[in-house]
Amino acid sequence: MPFKRYVEIGRVGLVNYGKDYGKLVVIVDVIDQNRALVDAPDMVRSQMNFKRLSLTDIKIDIKRVPKKKTLVAAMEAADVRNKWENSSWGRKLIVQKRRASLNDFDRFKLMLAKIKRGGVIRQELAKLKKQSA
Amino acid sequence: MIRDDTRNRFSFPKLVENPRDRSFLASWCFPVEYSVSFHQYQVVGRALPSESDEHPKIYRMKLWATNEVRAKSKFWYFLRKLKKVKKSNGQVLAINEIFEKSPTKIKNYGIWLRYQSRTGYHNMYKEYRDTTLNGAVEHMYNEMASRHRVRFPCIQIIKTATIPAKLCKRESSKQFHDSHIKFPLVFKKVRPPSRKLKTTYKASRPNLFM
Repeated sequence: MPFKRYVEIGRVGLVNYGKDYGKLVVIVDVIDQNRALVDAPDMVRSQMNFKRLSLTDIKIDIKRVPKKKTLVAAMEAADVRNKWENSSWGRKLIVQKRRASLNDFDRFKLMLAKIKRGGVIRQELAKLKKQSA
Repeated sequence: MIRDDTRNRFSFPKLVENPRDRSFLASWCFPVEYSVSFHQYQVVGRALPSESDEHPKIYRMKLWATNEVRAKSKFWYFLRKLKKVKKSNGQVLAINEIFEKSPTKIKNYGIWLRYQSRTGYHNMYKEYRDTTLNGAVEHMYNEMASRHRVRFPCIQIIKTATIPAKLCKRESSKQFHDSHIKFPLVFKKVRPPSRKLKTTYKASRPNLFM
């Protein structure tokens, strides 16, 4: 089973710990075995430990340590945002966020929707059972 | 007699984000937390003027310390070794912190140091890759402590320099001089997104596969 996601210049990672939790950042250079120089359109370029990064499948085409403008342009060209939001990982995170931000009325509506869905499923199941019986 | 237990100096400080914050070491003497990250200071001082010497020579030194108080102390330590002047008959004229000029650029730092081991004094040259010189110096102190059991008071930094990639001597820094560097992360460290969510027991074993 070879590795598929590498730490390389242009690899997009998700921050999974710390102040920038949840951000998508691009590895712009590697400092040493444990740290990378990391950049995103809305943050100052800084170093980050690999323990705080989860590598994603997305990689953009940049040279080592690009200027901020070049980086933003490359991210637009590679369409990082859309690729992320359409990937299964990205979609899951969006759903988690939505669920966490529900208010009581939303949870009530959700409960009704679940009951309704369960009812429809049971009706179909009953039909199938009748057919096979 | 009512004992006042509210000022409990021996309580552990709350653990902070910064993994380099070893403030628990200081909690017995300072009730307030401080970070042990090193700062670079420029200290300027001279002997006090006397009848024999109206204008004593002024000396300037760049050194690393965790705070200004320690920087001034270290300044006198070095100056005592070089000139016949002590803190009691001298004065610090200025102390300024020196900040990193380009903290977003990765540099190779070479540090020349003199340290005292259990058997004698030795010189050493070490290389570090870091974005700031203070970071490299902190890395050096940690490495000297771990590899050679040499603590802060026994280390004297002779010289530091930013080394261009061609002149680096150590393989550990030269291996990162590759503009197409690529390596996999071998296993995934599973940890909760904040220390608050840490639990002692978990329901299932973690999946470390990347």
